[in-house]
Amino acid sequence: MSGYLDIRNVSKAFNVSGRELQVLRNVNLSVDKGEIYGIIGFSGAGKSTLARCINRLETPDAGEILVDGVDVVKLKGKELRQERRKVGMIFQNFNLFEAMTVEKNIAYPLEIEGVKKAEIKKRVQETAELVGLADKLKAYPGGLSGGQKQRVGIARTLIGQPDVLLSDEATSALDPQTTLNILDLLKDINERLGITILMITHELDAIRYSCDKMAVLENGQITESGAVADIFRNPQSKTGELFAKVSKEFRRAENFTDGEGI
Amino acid sequence: MSLLDTPLWEVIKASFSAKVWSGLIGAIGDTLYMTIVSSLIMLVFGLVGGIVLTIMCPDGLFPARGAYTVLGGLINILRSLPQMVMIIIMIPVARAIFGKSYGTNACIIAIAASCIPMYARIVESSLLEIGKGKIEAARSLGSTNFQIITRILLPETLPSLLRGFTVAVIGVISMTALAGMFGAGGIGDIAVRFGYQRFQHEVLFACIYILVLLVQGTQWAGSFISNRILKKRCLLATADGGIKAHRVNRNKNTQQNIENKREEKTIVVKKEAIL
Ligand SMILES: Nc1ncnc2c1ncn2[C@@H]1O[C@H](COP(=O)(O)OP(=O)(O)OP(=O)(O)O)[C@@H](O)[C@H]1O
Ligand SMILES: [Mg+2]
Repeated sequence: MSGYLDIRNVSKAFNVSGRELQVLRNVNLSVDKGEIYGIIGFSGAGKSTLARCINRLETPDAGEILVDGVDVVKLKGKELRQERRKVGMIFQNFNLFEAMTVEKNIAYPLEIEGVKKAEIKKRVQETAELVGLADKLKAYPGGLSGGQKQRVGIARTLIGQPDVLLSDEATSALDPQTTLNILDLLKDINERLGITILMITHELDAIRYSCDKMAVLENGQITESGAVADIFRNPQSKTGELFAKVSKEFRRAENFTDGEGI
Repeated sequence: MSLLDTPLWEVIKASFSAKVWSGLIGAIGDTLYMTIVSSLIMLVFGLVGGIVLTIMCPDGLFPARGAYTVLGGLINILRSLPQMVMIIIMIPVARAIFGKSYGTNACIIAIAASCIPMYARIVESSLLEIGKGKIEAARSLGSTNFQIITRILLPETLPSLLRGFTVAVIGVISMTALAGMFGAGGIGDIAVRFGYQRFQHEVLFACIYILVLLVQGTQWAGSFISNRILKKRCLLATADGGIKAHRVNRNKNTQQNIENKREEKTIVVKKEAIL
């Protein structure tokens, strides 16, 4: 079986003060085109490392990562840089360029590519409108709220017209309402532009809201994967069970207080 | 006029006399010339040195452990030489370049040689301040290493680089005064010749005023520009800096943002009070 994004037997270890730390063990994952696929796991499970391998900010020790049939592990130099643009990434702490206005942040990927000024202006305007930032173009990131910052992050990635979007805890630093807005935006982007999204998070509710399929990453291994509803109802792994339990507990507490209130 | 036989206030009064200052104008020009030229040389070489150090360090953009160790060691050796020793060592170099081993231009070589390694380290520490995430974001957007340096690393750390340059220029100013003793001319030369050798303390006082003004002016200008940039980027961490910047940006939600921030602040304060 092969999907649009195919991760095959990927392993990665870090050398931490002389000791080998195995962060990813034989990870296999297949994501279809146009899907929003969730990955959940506890802190330190290796979620970010997996995302960074897909974007080749990190090189796996073993395995293949196929994006639309191209093994990104083998790419170098210019080809690698072009591939990185096809696999956009948004971050928990946004990582915006604070020396640039919102406009310049969004334009950055096109500017380093040498796209013509007029074309850049047009596409920045379009992208800013898409993410709801058209009135903030002249502002600096330092003066924006968290949700607005993440919108800039998303726009900056989208302008390069990526095929895959890696969202590494993109909503973890945001309040619930803003989280919902950003998740809606990602859904909207997925529907309108057909971009495949890999959504990494430790919020099961975010995955339930956005994804059809998901995988559980536990200690560097995928312990289960499949339909979100199935995993939520009948988790097979320890991590899956814990997440489902916590989510259900919250829900029950919520219903209880609702009942009391009336 | 010497402090040995004249009261302090007489000396101070004399230090403001036109006679004293007319004799200083040339020296002020020499000091400014030495400071500016040395600072520019230091800026170019120190910046390059600092950038090279930063990108060659083990988790930098072009990791090169060997070269990093060699360059770092060289800088440390140069930095451990007292400035006076550096001036003496540079005498033959100055003679080779200018044909004479004294005078303003000769001393500029010694000043630059002494200040470049220091400034390279200051640049390095400024550049290392950048959040790793920004570099990563730039790389994930398809930047080359050169683009990361010129478009991200330097602009993002500009306020810190400016503050570092201010510190280094002040170092240059104090070294021009020292170099004066070795025939560089300038304020330092006058201070030694009149203040020390001839006991004309009113001249010494005037020299001190000038040096203090130079250093103060440099510091003020450096802080001012650096803060201006921070304010423009809404990054100034003063009590009202953020609010002012918001006003400047004239955001639609400005008032809302400020109120949110205020609320956050009061919450933090409350939390602290509880703890
Ligand atoms: N560059 C690195 N060098 C050494 N160890 C690393 C490096 N990057 C990650 N690690 C280690 O790998 C493990 C997994 O890290 P990773 O960031 O992938 O976890 P995560 O699942 O994203 O956690 P979180 O939810 O906290 O973001 C951690 O133990 C971390 O310390
Ligand atoms: Mg992470």
